[in-house]
Amino acid sequence: MQTIDLGTTALRELNASLHAQAADTNQTAWEIVNPRGSHAVAVGLDAPIEVYVKGSTGYYTAGMNKQATVHVHGSAGPGVAENMISGTVIVDGDASQYAGATGHGGTLVIKGNASSRCGISMKGIDIVVHGNVGHMSAFMAQSGNLVVCGDAGEALGDSIYEARLFVRGSVKSLGADCIEKEMRPEHLEILRDLLERGGCDARPEEFRRYGSARQLYNFNIDNAY
Amino acid sequence: MTMKDTKHDGPPRTPPRQSATFTQDVNAEIRRAAATGIYDIRGGGAKRKVPHFDDLLFLGASISRYPLEGYRERCGTDVTLGTRHAKNPIKLDIPVTIAGMSFGALSGAAKEALGRGASAAGTSTTTGDGGMTQEERGHSSKLVYQYLPSRYGMNPDDLRKADAIEVVVGQGAKPGGGGMLLGQKISDRVAQMRNLPQGIDQRSACRHPDWTGPDDLEIKILELREITGWKVPIYIKVGGARPYFDTTLAIKAGADVVVLDGMQGGTAATQDVFIEHVGQPILACIRESVRALQDMNMHREVQLIVSGGIRSGADVAKCMALGADAVAIGTAALIALGDNDPRWEEEYQKLGTTAGAYDDWHEGRDPAGITTQDPELAARFDPIEGGRRLNNFLKVMTLEAQTIARACGKNHLHNLEPEDLCAITMEAAAMAKVPLAGTDWWPGKPGTGF
Ligand SMILES: Cc1cc2nc3c(=O)[nH]c(=O)nc-3n(C[C@H](O)[C@H](O)[C@H](O)COP(=O)(O)O)c2cc1C
Repeated sequence: MQTIDLGTTALRELNASLHAQAADTNQTAWEIVNPRGSHAVAVGLDAPIEVYVKGSTGYYTAGMNKQATVHVHGSAGPGVAENMISGTVIVDGDASQYAGATGHGGTLVIKGNASSRCGISMKGIDIVVHGNVGHMSAFMAQSGNLVVCGDAGEALGDSIYEARLFVRGSVKSLGADCIEKEMRPEHLEILRDLLERGGCDARPEEFRRYGSARQLYNFNIDNAY
Repeated sequence: MTMKDTKHDGPPRTPPRQSATFTQDVNAEIRRAAATGIYDIRGGGAKRKVPHFDDLLFLGASISRYPLEGYRERCGTDVTLGTRHAKNPIKLDIPVTIAGMSFGALSGAAKEALGRGASAAGTSTTTGDGGMTQEERGHSSKLVYQYLPSRYGMNPDDLRKADAIEVVVGQGAKPGGGGMLLGQKISDRVAQMRNLPQGIDQRSACRHPDWTGPDDLEIKILELREITGWKVPIYIKVGGARPYFDTTLAIKAGADVVVLDGMQGGTAATQDVFIEHVGQPILACIRESVRALQDMNMHREVQLIVSGGIRSGADVAKCMALGADAVAIGTAALIALGDNDPRWEEEYQKLGTTAGAYDDWHEGRDPAGITTQDPELAARFDPIEGGRRLNNFLKVMTLEAQTIARACGKNHLHNLEPEDLCAITMEAAAMAKVPLAGTDWWPGKPGTGF
């Protein structure tokens, strides 16, 4: 295990060391200590390495991640795993706004709660939140899955496209064009797998599914505000 | 003429008089709105007349100024962008760049032609909403990758292939607005790049999904720099809304280059009411942006690229004299490629329009095959010929700008200055802060009591 102390090492040096790891690196485990809320920690990784961040981070942790597993042993600031392409990001604590924003792939697991706009504009990422999500989550969500084991705030899935939303608790309100949909066996299967990958012991049958009514798909005056 | 000479009996009549307020155009739009219940969407920039570069003139050399010999004496045109933070600033041979236009709005071949023409002329081209295409990367020696609110097609691999990154906050045609690409243009390939179902109307968000204010933007830029190893310049593009404050905040957020786009700037598709009624003319924006750069001690350290209605070398020279480091062209580049060419007049007529006025680019039926995803129409456009024409046009613009600079005694386009200009209207004098022709005064000149 390589250890990098952000108390004494510059962010640039940390990210440069992580970027230098190729697909066949044998330095596969990295520990980052003293992150102290730093922004842009472990961003743009592109190798099958594991990075353990021992503490809480600032904005855009593991942004644009590919292949790597980044595990934050603390809470993460806004935009954790934004635009992730592949790999896994795990946050033991809470995540601030825009968690998983525009993510194209990979898995984001938040063991605490996520704030507003979780999964905004998501494009294929899978997000599993053990707790609650804030308002406007999955806004303009294009594809992928958002699993919320707790409750969802106002305007869930506003202007949603083809993403699937699964919520176990209450939904304060649904956003424009987002409706509850039938949970069919294939959805239970997908959800079972997501819960397993997210380390949740909830049962798929306890969830409801939400998605697009597809009424906003073609420009129509009745849809314009 | 006596009454007896007229065909009418009785007293003289008032001839029919059209209203200057309810013009034929206005009434036609009211009828169109009443019939359809939907606002007009179109491409292009503001069509109304606003104070523009035509309202400025160069003074030229005289006894007190010494001109340079045309064609013979050196007049430099090169520009380096991104000197503030980037390890690899962009070096261009000419200060005219190609503005961001999306694949989706334009065909793959049109993007290729832009790359070919720009590369031959020694300048850069820019991606757009919808991501980076191979045609464009492959044919552009210098490619600027746009980072837009929609993040369609955004990925770290393309980010690292880019020679610069342009964070798009706004566009001159629609400051405060998002984009739209209507279903007709969502081919399989466009749909796949944007990760959306084929054939649906796509909206591009007007706000970035993961930052809101200038403090967040600063952190976003840090992230982009960390991902790309601080190698490439980061531009921030803003529409001509509040140029002094937007420029100040862009510099504060860490921009290497500010791209400022005035209201005449083209767009692929937006509401006509937005294009015509929101934003300031580029002429009114440049000096304010330069003032912000100067107040921050960043003029020439952070470069300024301006766009919106730039058509010729004279426009380029005027922008540079007002303090810009380079310009960007969108509409003029499309026209150089063959957009709105009278050779397609018969087909424009069939679409209910005429060459020069065709702006329904969002419908994807462009007779010139440029703003379309229809394979048959797109096949009409030859990217090699298009590239050749664009290169020619860029060369002419550069030669024209040099001609003016030499006449003003300048051995580099960057040495042009406001002192070389006068304005022929009060409005232009006030906006460009150069003297009204024949006077040493402009409205708002410090110390003149206005
Ligand atoms: C067809 C078309 C597509 C455009 N697409 C984009 C885009 O994707 N992103 C962007 O920032 N600006 C876009 N623009 C605006 C241009 O980048 C630029 O600001 C504008 O065209 C400059 O003004 P001009 O057209 O008068 O030269 C587009 C413009 C046109 C004409």
